[in-house]
Amino acid sequence: MEEKEKKRKIPRQPMPEQEPKVRARNFMEVPLGYTSELAMKEAERCLQCKKPSCMEGCPVSVDIPGFIRHIKAGEFTEAIRNLWSKNSLPAVCGRVCPQEIQCEGSCILGKKEAPVAIGNLERFAADHERTHGTGELPPKAAPTGKKVAVVGSGPSGLTVAGDLIVKGHEVTVFEAFHKAGGVLVYGIPEFRLPKEIVAQEIHFLERLGVKVECNAVVGRTITLDEIFEQGYDAIYIGVGAGLPKFLNVPGENLVGILSANEYLTRANLMKAYLFPEVDTPIPHGKNVIVLGGGNVAMDSARTAMRLGADSVRIVYRRSKAELPARAAEVHHAEEEGIQFFFLTNPTRFMGNEKGRLVGMECLKMELGEPDASGRRRPIPIKGSEFKMECDLVVVAVGSGANPLLTSSTPDMTLNKWGYIQADPQNGKTTKKRVWAGGDIVTGAATVILAMGAGRKAADSIHKYLTWGW
Amino acid sequence: MFKIVKREEMSGGTVILNEIEAPLIAKKAKPGQFVILKANETGERIPLTMADTDPEKGTITVIFMVVGKSTALFKTLKVGDGYQDVIGPLGKATHLEKLGTVVCVGGGTGIAVLHPITRGFKLIGNRIISIIGARSKDILILEDRMRAVSDEFYPCTDDGSYGHHGFVTEVLKEVLKKQTVNLVIAIGPVPMMKFVSKITKEFEVPTIVSLNPIMVDGTGMCGGCRVSIGGKNKFACVDGPEFDGHLVDYDELMLRLQAYCEDEKRCHEGFCRLQEAK
Ligand SMILES: Cc1cc2nc3c(=O)[nH]c(=O)nc-3n(C[C@H](O)[C@H](O)[C@H](O)COP(=O)(O)OP(=O)(O)OC[C@H]3O[C@@H](n4cnc5c(N)ncnc54)[C@H](O)[C@@H]3O)c2cc1C
Ligand code: SF4
Ligand code: FES
Repeated sequence: MEEKEKKRKIPRQPMPEQEPKVRARNFMEVPLGYTSELAMKEAERCLQCKKPSCMEGCPVSVDIPGFIRHIKAGEFTEAIRNLWSKNSLPAVCGRVCPQEIQCEGSCILGKKEAPVAIGNLERFAADHERTHGTGELPPKAAPTGKKVAVVGSGPSGLTVAGDLIVKGHEVTVFEAFHKAGGVLVYGIPEFRLPKEIVAQEIHFLERLGVKVECNAVVGRTITLDEIFEQGYDAIYIGVGAGLPKFLNVPGENLVGILSANEYLTRANLMKAYLFPEVDTPIPHGKNVIVLGGGNVAMDSARTAMRLGADSVRIVYRRSKAELPARAAEVHHAEEEGIQFFFLTNPTRFMGNEKGRLVGMECLKMELGEPDASGRRRPIPIKGSEFKMECDLVVVAVGSGANPLLTSSTPDMTLNKWGYIQADPQNGKTTKKRVWAGGDIVTGAATVILAMGAGRKAADSIHKYLTWGW
Repeated sequence: MFKIVKREEMSGGTVILNEIEAPLIAKKAKPGQFVILKANETGERIPLTMADTDPEKGTITVIFMVVGKSTALFKTLKVGDGYQDVIGPLGKATHLEKLGTVVCVGGGTGIAVLHPITRGFKLIGNRIISIIGARSKDILILEDRMRAVSDEFYPCTDDGSYGHHGFVTEVLKEVLKKQTVNLVIAIGPVPMMKFVSKITKEFEVPTIVSLNPIMVDGTGMCGGCRVSIGGKNKFACVDGPEFDGHLVDYDELMLRLQAYCEDEKRCHEGFCRLQEAK
């Protein structure tokens, strides 16, 4: 008991960050990371619970008290080994997981004070390994002679590739874009997840022997059946959601209205914020409006601010309580001067004679009864129309299932929204020797859920390659 | 790297032909499909519809006009150099069918895209009437190749230096007046496709056009290529690039194509100054 009391005297160690005013205009990472001292001090706060509730909140059951104990003891190599046994991308997850509704949301300390900063500690362990580690590769099983194709190089596909390569199988990743990483490279911005980190993770897999074939649009360049004809024994599909939703209101095709996918791909994958040093342009709005309330909306808004906007407004049709974005992102966005317009929904866009956007008309909303998602449904208030001036709108209202691969694979069952039907236990699809997971099965979700699905499928693929279907 | 094995300059150096090693794409590609090319690490992803493919040799051919920074950069690539990335084949292939008489109308570098489609329609037994146009004779491309796959052939030039003096649409009108035509395919500058469609609508002849909006991924992921077809939004990279010419909102497409004009100009001018300094 005394021991516990003493520990609680240590407050949650804040993460050093770039000043809001400064960072709102640059693309460098916002949180700067814990030093070893800060990390060890924060690790001391953990009670090392016998029945750790934090682990119940983790979709992949990371041994949280275990890795924290190593950090506390200064055993950073052991800490990362422990993390790797459950999570192959801790540097990514430490940065982008919604910890407040997962591990930290379930941490026992959270009942009375701030929970242990599990995400920050995870990130610390991974960063420390990257900058100080030996880069030693994990042991690999003897070659099995089996070949696995992974379609899509997002977190889900990378997890499958990493898991199966160490089990001795040959693995090739097919990626449609010219660069691997999925949403981690084209969606999530540099200031939240430096691309250097993703590149290192992929390089690590390549050192282990994973082959990465970029510019391979499966369904166009090559079909699943043709992959099998090339001698592959199993295929994992992790192609993400990848179909932008629009609002379908008048004026949406005016110049100056982009999907978040397009806006962020230009900014992140094509590095258009460096234009004209790079050749891909990106619209620089003065008065920017972002529609939506998820991580994608926060990322778009903060990108617009960094590209020099005078004002950036997030327009969301529900209220603050329903914002699906990570708490840290909302907080960072507010600090950076981004304004929020809740309970507001666009009804049309106005343009000038050159077809360029000049404004948006909206309706005020109020919350009604809960809908299918359990969130209260927004209902328009009659006669509440008002106009907002803007010259750039980024539409971040969600995504659907991209049909490019699935439409070229008629013998694979989809659900009514076009997502691939896969067994939640093992990722098996209705097409023999084909597994699927991540956003293309669940709809747009999270990095860790995509990785969790990848791990389950990798286990199942390994079983199949060893014992049969 | 995707190596350039053959390079030609056409139209006095304003139009460039590249034959590129891309065996996977060459094996798969069908007339009407396009590829996305990226020259180097900092390059832009540029969609170009293929002008030819050689599955045996494992090569594809693209023909492009030098209009901005990226195509100016492409122009500097020599035989033996290559593109860092070539992605494809993308988009839907032309639906080739034996219909009877097919009129193929091409303008500018659109003729390069039109040629394999024309050949495709010819090979399955259609009678082909080709009408191709350019500003003047010295910049008219692929004349011999188009002539070789046509039963009737009408070149046009705006300045009258060759063939019909005037627009392709004038010849088209005459052709449509004289005979029954089952299908018109028009590929070229947006205004040309717009006016061709206007005429064929009067004559009630089904018309296909190939659109070239600004693209990023080419896989239906970004929506940047959206075009209004009969009042509905379509993504040209996956639903097209070919659409029913009578349903396309050409004015919207023209405005959307201007989206980055200012930026593009700035970037291109910088590049030209750099090239001159070299
Ligand atoms: C802007 C943004 C911010 C986000 N922020 C967070 C966050 O903070 N925290 C969080 O947990 N989650 C976040 N997410 C969600 C998270 O990124 C996704 O849930 C996750 O990346 C899904 O992983 P995946 O492997 O299923 O697919 P993806 O990451 O989408 O990767 C799929 C890959 O497959 C490729 N592909 C697609 N079709 C083909 C094909 N036919 N052939 C070959 N390759 C193909 C794609 O190019 C892509 O590289 C965010 C998403 C976005 C867009
Ligand atoms: S619940 Fe909190 S205090 Fe308990 S083990 Fe997990 S992180 Fe430590
Ligand atoms: S180019 Fe991105 S959807 Fe067509």
